[in-house]
Amino acid sequence: MSIEVENISKTFGTFTALKDIRLSIGTGELVALLGPSGSGKTTLLRIIAGLETPDAGVIRFHGEDATRQPVGDRGVGFVFQHYALFRHMTVFENIAFGLRVRPRKLRPSNEQIKTKVMDLLHLVQLEGLAARYPSQLSGGQRQRVALARALAVEPKVLLLDEPFGALDARVRQELRRWLRRLHDDIHVTSVFVTHDQEEALEVADRVVVMNEGRAEQIGTPEEVYEHPANPFVYNFLGNVNLFHGRVDKGQARLGSLAVDAPAHAGGQDAPVVGYVRPHDLDIARSRNGEPTIEAVIRHVHAVGPVVRVELERRDTGDPVEAHLTRERYRELDLRAGEQVHIKPRKMQVFAEDYSI
Amino acid sequence: MAVTTIAPDRAAAPPQTAREPFWVRLLLIGTALLFLGLFLVVPLLAVFTQAFEKGVAAYLEALREPEALSAIRLTLIAAGIAVPLNLLFGVAAAWAIAKFEFPGKNVLITLIDLPFAVSPVIAGLIFVLLFGSRGGLFGPWLAEHGVRVIFAVPGIVLATIFVTFPFVARELIPLMQAQGVDEEQAARVLGASGFQMFWRVTLPNIRWGLLYGVILCNARAMGEFGAVSVVSGHIRGMTNTLPLHVEVLYNEYNFVAAFAVASLLTLLALVTLVLKSVVEWRVLREQRRGGAGGGNHTA
Repeated sequence: MSIEVENISKTFGTFTALKDIRLSIGTGELVALLGPSGSGKTTLLRIIAGLETPDAGVIRFHGEDATRQPVGDRGVGFVFQHYALFRHMTVFENIAFGLRVRPRKLRPSNEQIKTKVMDLLHLVQLEGLAARYPSQLSGGQRQRVALARALAVEPKVLLLDEPFGALDARVRQELRRWLRRLHDDIHVTSVFVTHDQEEALEVADRVVVMNEGRAEQIGTPEEVYEHPANPFVYNFLGNVNLFHGRVDKGQARLGSLAVDAPAHAGGQDAPVVGYVRPHDLDIARSRNGEPTIEAVIRHVHAVGPVVRVELERRDTGDPVEAHLTRERYRELDLRAGEQVHIKPRKMQVFAEDYSI
Repeated sequence: MAVTTIAPDRAAAPPQTAREPFWVRLLLIGTALLFLGLFLVVPLLAVFTQAFEKGVAAYLEALREPEALSAIRLTLIAAGIAVPLNLLFGVAAAWAIAKFEFPGKNVLITLIDLPFAVSPVIAGLIFVLLFGSRGGLFGPWLAEHGVRVIFAVPGIVLATIFVTFPFVARELIPLMQAQGVDEEQAARVLGASGFQMFWRVTLPNIRWGLLYGVILCNARAMGEFGAVSVVSGHIRGMTNTLPLHVEVLYNEYNFVAAFAVASLLTLLALVTLVLKSVVEWRVLREQRRGGAGGGNHTA
């Protein structure tokens, strides 16, 4: 089932949670709402679920207006951030709840409920734990019970609020790969909220980057990571180095670098910032006749597959971070205190006055 | 995991206080026991010895006389109406306060505490001022329609409700606030109706707190003296509750009967204490079951 979010706005008192959000989610898609806390992502999820009502705008499920539809009638599954399992019920009863509360005519028989719950327990790999209480489970197990409970009512849309937020790092990674595989198997339209960019980029088909109640960019993980629409997205999706300078007639001058900035062709001598990811920054021992920025190596972290080099620019004193492969690092044989030349392989230039 | 492995060690170590010198422990425990004995056990025993002073027959006689039976019945009626009403009111108020944001919430919380703050005698007087047949605000109008509130059963019930209404709400508000609204919302998303949500999710979560509140509420409803005394008029065999009946008998120097009736109230107190302990024990056990699983996050 597809979801259309049309011009949704929401305020809480004087706080604007959502400003004119537009979003279209295709059937079977797995979409991440990514943003810092207070960006409105959870509010948007709760509006889609029907747990909040928007001040303006329309939510459509499969083309039909669902904005005023009560939460219980929307056919959504919702996984709460802290799972919200029924603490006085066993795992079995938690999962069976959505079936047991159905009107008598639609309610499956006890046998059917039992089969269904056992199938779901198998799906979430918790077969032996049907008789346990939520308090007797680990965080990851609770998460999977919450998911099974949401899936029991065969929702057309699955909504997850920070599904891995309360878990430790290793369990998180396992569980998000598992969620991705599960989604590929059952193919229910899914939306999840996260503040972890790695999580969003790894799991989702499409990512909605949110900030201060707006959708800053919507696109596939590759799109938003490789071509951020603005400085906020650039900053939020990983480390970035900033090179301040000025642009004039489509030519940006950033320190001793000169870069083509066709997007700013019309601008007359305006301040700009160049954004460069650490892995797009090359380090060289000599200038080789090209314009470069001189920098001094402050520190080298050579642990792990990527070598992180902290540098300080000679001209401005600003810190710069570069990521090298191990091979390149060995080739250059860098030491702290040495003077080198840095040159961005790829850079995106935005106007300075853009407010983040 | 760390929590579960450390806990037994901690439990095995003797608590700090057990290392005090012997005479200090003796003195502290002795003082506490002496105090308890003087102020709680001796009066308790006195009630029963006085009640049985002239034998079991006299004791039973005092409880069987019509005025005593009438007092028992009235007390049961007052509690039987006040407790269920305050159960309903308490759950509704606690629900509203714990699960919703609305203007005037703090005023409501303060109002719920009012009966604790006001002297019961004043509470009684309020009802006399409102419903007294001479000069009361609604009294004359009610009297015209043949309804008597003051010096009659309705007044006693009203006074009892007023004095006991904080018990259930006070017990439930912090409990429901701590539990939050997530489970209720989960139930709604899963398609439960409002009633199903309340019956299957909210009520089971608050059941022990609710029972605790009801027990305390009942004890107070049956034992209330001040407010009821003001509105009752002490009409023997008509508007005397058990505590009032005790007073009447005592003032007439009928000590055996007074203490016999008082022993009923004392028994009620003892039963209440036992029930209260059982509920507290159950709550503790449930919390412990929750706590034991909670520490085991990485399994």
